[in-house]
Amino acid sequence: MTMPFYAPPEQVMKDKADYARKGIARGRSLVAFRYGGGIAIVAENTSSTLRKVSEIYDRIAFAGVGRYNEFDQLRIAGVRHADLKGFAFSREDVDARSLANAYAQSLGQVFTHEVKPMEVEILVAEIGLDDDGRADQLFHILYDGTVVDEDDWVVLGGETEEISERFEDALPAAPRSLADGVRAAVAALAGPDRTLGAESLEAAVLDRNGDRRAFRRLTDEELASILEA
Amino acid sequence: MSLPRFGTHNDPGPDFAALLRLSRAGSDTNPLAATDHPQVAPVEIPHGTTCVAVRYDSGVVLAGDRRATAGHLISNHRIEKVFPADRHSGVAIAGAAGPSAEMVRLFQLQLEHYEKVEGTPISLEGKANQLGQMVRANLPAAMQGLVVVPIFAGYDLGASKGRIFEYDVTGGRYEERDHAATGSGSLHADTVVKLGFRPSMTRASATDLVLDALFVASDADSATGGPDPVRDVFPVVAVIDADGYQRLDDAELRRRTERLLRRHRSRRETQGGTS
Repeated sequence: MTMPFYAPPEQVMKDKADYARKGIARGRSLVAFRYGGGIAIVAENTSSTLRKVSEIYDRIAFAGVGRYNEFDQLRIAGVRHADLKGFAFSREDVDARSLANAYAQSLGQVFTHEVKPMEVEILVAEIGLDDDGRADQLFHILYDGTVVDEDDWVVLGGETEEISERFEDALPAAPRSLADGVRAAVAALAGPDRTLGAESLEAAVLDRNGDRRAFRRLTDEELASILEA
Repeated sequence: MSLPRFGTHNDPGPDFAALLRLSRAGSDTNPLAATDHPQVAPVEIPHGTTCVAVRYDSGVVLAGDRRATAGHLISNHRIEKVFPADRHSGVAIAGAAGPSAEMVRLFQLQLEHYEKVEGTPISLEGKANQLGQMVRANLPAAMQGLVVVPIFAGYDLGASKGRIFEYDVTGGRYEERDHAATGSGSLHADTVVKLGFRPSMTRASATDLVLDALFVASDADSATGGPDPVRDVFPVVAVIDADGYQRLDDAELRRRTERLLRRHRSRRETQGGTS
């Protein structure tokens, strides 16, 4: 009989976390923030077909960084979770908090029980039903299932510290306009040595305009006109 | 509720109906596959009736009366049978009211679910086929008396025109060139539409035509409700064009209905008829 080598659990967890963090840091980052009319998500993404930001439900959006196939799998699971819940109960019973918990549970399960953790960080954003945005929510969920309830804005991905610093400096105080927020986000993502054009960005908003489905993508033209101003 | 996860062997893809079946695995609770009903529906259940669709120069008009009947009784004066399916299509349903409403709910969600999972909407043709499969899945229930027969109409963004699809109980799907009708008053309504239809009608004249068709159907069919100015109940009329699905408001319908009634009255007076 062969004996497996003993590895202390601390070491195993640390190795897994390092592995996940390294994977996430290889990808491009994204920024989400609240503005007067809702919540905006701006991601650095050169592909116009493989999306990082997408719609989950009427007032809920999803964004992911890291390995595309892994967060896309989570995105689809989220759409299924939300649509099943809305069908079984009612549309207003679908909320970001319960979805964030389901994601956390799933990611935590994979992190502790499987050999390879998921190399992703995800965001679940929801705009509330009120007009002033007090009920808006941003849930940041890490590769190990940790959930952070963010207040005003959040950065996901690699180099988050540098990007956060730049974004905090550039972001005007609330209530801010969408255009001001997007310009700050793009500058923070790009850093001092680069400029990012509309073609290497992906942006979407949850728009508090009263439509049932609040999710809307910003077109390249819209983005370009915001960045030029 | 935990996150629904599937392996590659049983992943339902963008199909919400399949997802629903899998998530309730073990018991066949597909709302559209009623198998444990008695042979014939034992009680009089509410039925919705007449719906019509007419193509006009830049889209489609879809309309339905507001009456639901259970046997010889009127069970509802203001039921709605015309619904948006998604941004550029709508569905009108005649038949057993409960299963009809359930089918619409599932159909709407099926389209939205596909769009979100795949990142792109289903083609109009694909939507029409999806609805056909749902009608087909209802066949066992239909054999027991719970018939559901929809009309599907939408604006085809690819072909830049309105399109209309009719169905039979078995899920057979038939594209109609210009107009369609379903429900107990459909024979009368369809005749009016057939006689009044002109190629390239305007939206206004197509709207007047469907209102007239439903009015005449209500005159001959007891299960079809006429306009009710006392309760302020008018048919549900929706137009679908390049700008999307839009339900006409009651003010416009009241105005058009009053004009329609005036026209019928003056025709009667000039002809001295008794009909």
